[in-house]
Amino acid sequence: MRYLPLTKADRTEMLKSIGVSSVDDFYQGLPVSSDFDLPDHQGEIEVERFMTALAAQNRTAAEGKFFLGAGTYYHHIPASVDYIIQRSEFLTSYTPYQPEIAQGTLQVIFEYQSLIASLTGQDVANASLYDGATACAEAALMAMRLTGRDKVYVANALHPHYREVLSSYAAGAFSDVLDESVAAVIVQSPDFTGAPYAYEDFRAQCDAVGAKLIVVVAEIVSLGLLEPPRLADIVCGEAQSLGIPMSYGGPHLGFFATRQDYVRQMPGRLVGETVDADGKRSFVLTLSTREQHIRREKATSNICTNQGLCALAFTVHAALLGEDGFKHLARLNHERACALADKLATLPRVRIENAAFFNEFVVVFEKPVKDIVMALAHDNFIPGLRLDEYRLLVAATEMTTDDDISALYNALKEVV
Amino acid sequence: MEHLIGESRALSYEEPLLWEHAQSDASGVDLPDIAGTALRTGQVARGRIGWPQLKEPQVVRHFVRLSTLNFSIDHGFFPLGSCTMKHNPRLNEKVARLAGFALIHPLQPACTVSGALELMFYLQTWLGELTGLRGVCLSPAAGAHGELAGLMTIKRAHEMNGQSHRKVILCPDSAHGTNPATAAMCGYELKVIPTKETGCVTVDAFKEALGDGRDVAGMMVTNPNTCGLFETEIAECAKLLHAAGGYFYCDGANFNALVGNVRPADFGVDVMHINLHKTFSTPHGGGGPGSGPICVAESLRAYLPVPCVVKTEAGYKLETVDDRPTSFGRLKGFNGQFGMFVRALTYMLSHGKDGLRQVSRDAVLSANYILSQLRGDFHAPFGDKTCMHEALLTDKLQKESGVTTLDIAKTLIEYGMHPMTVYFPLVVNGAMLIEPTETESKEALDRFVAVMKMVAEDVRRGDAEKFHSYPVSAPRRRLDEVRAARQPVLRCSC
Repeated sequence: MRYLPLTKADRTEMLKSIGVSSVDDFYQGLPVSSDFDLPDHQGEIEVERFMTALAAQNRTAAEGKFFLGAGTYYHHIPASVDYIIQRSEFLTSYTPYQPEIAQGTLQVIFEYQSLIASLTGQDVANASLYDGATACAEAALMAMRLTGRDKVYVANALHPHYREVLSSYAAGAFSDVLDESVAAVIVQSPDFTGAPYAYEDFRAQCDAVGAKLIVVVAEIVSLGLLEPPRLADIVCGEAQSLGIPMSYGGPHLGFFATRQDYVRQMPGRLVGETVDADGKRSFVLTLSTREQHIRREKATSNICTNQGLCALAFTVHAALLGEDGFKHLARLNHERACALADKLATLPRVRIENAAFFNEFVVVFEKPVKDIVMALAHDNFIPGLRLDEYRLLVAATEMTTDDDISALYNALKEVV
Repeated sequence: MEHLIGESRALSYEEPLLWEHAQSDASGVDLPDIAGTALRTGQVARGRIGWPQLKEPQVVRHFVRLSTLNFSIDHGFFPLGSCTMKHNPRLNEKVARLAGFALIHPLQPACTVSGALELMFYLQTWLGELTGLRGVCLSPAAGAHGELAGLMTIKRAHEMNGQSHRKVILCPDSAHGTNPATAAMCGYELKVIPTKETGCVTVDAFKEALGDGRDVAGMMVTNPNTCGLFETEIAECAKLLHAAGGYFYCDGANFNALVGNVRPADFGVDVMHINLHKTFSTPHGGGGPGSGPICVAESLRAYLPVPCVVKTEAGYKLETVDDRPTSFGRLKGFNGQFGMFVRALTYMLSHGKDGLRQVSRDAVLSANYILSQLRGDFHAPFGDKTCMHEALLTDKLQKESGVTTLDIAKTLIEYGMHPMTVYFPLVVNGAMLIEPTETESKEALDRFVAVMKMVAEDVRRGDAEKFHSYPVSAPRRRLDEVRAARQPVLRCSC
């Protein structure tokens, strides 16, 4: 019980000064149980051994021959990112409700908000949300508050999880037509098949019916190569790609940016600049009259936490890359995907569906994908995501090597 | 010259924004070269973003310096009520970083991630056993998200059972703000149960709020509640609620008082979220990521969100809506905050059932110790009772001399501690909610008590003025929060 500092003597003395004979007294009248069917405590050696054995059963992306994306991407994380986020002062601090002793966290969030706002071409960004899917749902709800309407029109191939989450948050909200009942048009770019989408066309259509335009970005690295959705009213999505491991789907990082005019309808925490009693520049949580701890049932969202440490990881990785490095990374991702596409396109009975893509695209086979994937699995490939009978979604990042590409080509040659 | 010298002195640093440093001419990361192949994005390459540019040593120094401006649980006493700021073992961090957990993709075939699925299933089993609520879904991302998942499960159950007309959620006035906000998000009307007299929900007040119960979908109660008290009449209320066809949602924020000693199912709970970042020590990270799995009774298991991990003859698998069409659906992308599952299970295995039992008993003992030591110096609104894992005091005795809860909080900062939760619960004026957790040694508790007693004594002696100026030794003095809200500056202008 290495995490419990009270000694037996402490406990006895404390009970005595409280004036009770046993800790049981505090539980008097409660339905106490002592029959938990669970093991007793273990030392670090045993726990680590057990968990390591579980980890060893999983096939990791580090083994190579890995082409899966679809909203979570295998990117490199510089060693200093993990060092910074493991510092006690960041790792074991809380929400910065006491700004005098939380300027570290507050300034980081302010920097994060600034990075996201400039990256998305929007005026302001919040301190982050749970993930891309919930950010998309929160964006739809915000558009509904702004317009007083309760429908959304999904313009293209939205990530299926985003669609499902939206459907849970706002049941029955999907509209098949873009008319004056619609609060927002949702466009994903690049879309779920990896294709950059000409969302600009929807700006005029949104204005014509008074709807808001939401652009969803599920791979934030794409914004290092593609123009930002400046014409959107809300830009949101997933920022896991910088600084955050895939970790079987979470914790990841939902980002959310919008126009200055809409800031008071925004969900989630916000950090702003101010001064302290000595006039020194300082940062503080602000505009919290939108939030649940003040507004209760009238809040813009029930959300309480952000993804603080993930936002820190993003900020450190972004700072390390900088303007040039981030664009370089984006270009590199695109070039790896081009190399993969070119190679696969030379295979017989294989076609690349996308005319355009960023780092992910659809491969169309003449044989059922299921059989192909199963054959590749024998050679330890994670070849991508099966979309339907003949289509496979594959991704490449800076981690994809020439050897990976050749290996996939050679293996596919045998089975297509 | 002066701006070059700046205000940094000894170990206290003034750190500019990333953009305010002299910028580098190249990236701080060396990436493989690009070949310059023609773009196939269908667009021209992006123009200027507006990001800063520094080399690695500058970036590391920037964030290390910023870190020194933060207080954390690793620094010292952090009795923030409702937040359970306990020690975060580094073993949990080490394990979560194993490649077999960190470098796996949520859409990999089940046969390539059997260890991850087994881990999730095992965590579900632990949470089911500890709560007595055996239907578990791990996917909610935080406590508030767990509340949403729980209420949507209840809503789905009512819909499937022809009870869609039930539109009311009962909730005491002492509840966390997330409770009413979540009920509103689910489209429920809120009916408030007053608790001001005793700090607890009484059977009488509950009956009054329930009425004939025909339109009541459920109630949301935190137990132990936000006044630090166990709701002794709640089991009786739950019986009445069940008889009227409603479900009992328990906010699990205060599970640290019960874990390993009391199963919430045994006082009538049907649904409960567990804050893995509170009771099970996944780090708070300056405000997340959290993780808020929900546990439900058998009667509600069918309606839980997807995915849950189930054990089949072919091994473990993630359920989809096709496997369980009664589910209300998905509430989060992928499989939840998996990295937090790894940490929480590591913590559970380290403690075991005997250790977890001791965790809550030490947490409750420590809170009662503080309450007993300070009861004479500060007003304890429910002072005749023992508390659970949180001690509730107010500034009533000091306020007459002009010293408020805010001043007391800022004084704790001056003395090298984090303040307690202040002005919450809302039903108690000038509330100070103190949650020491099991992490603190008696030495740390005694120092906190000594500082609090010193404040009370100085106020009694009429030496109160200084408390309005604290903190003076922290990286910042009190902030102008009104200015931040009136003239919002939410991003760097550089």
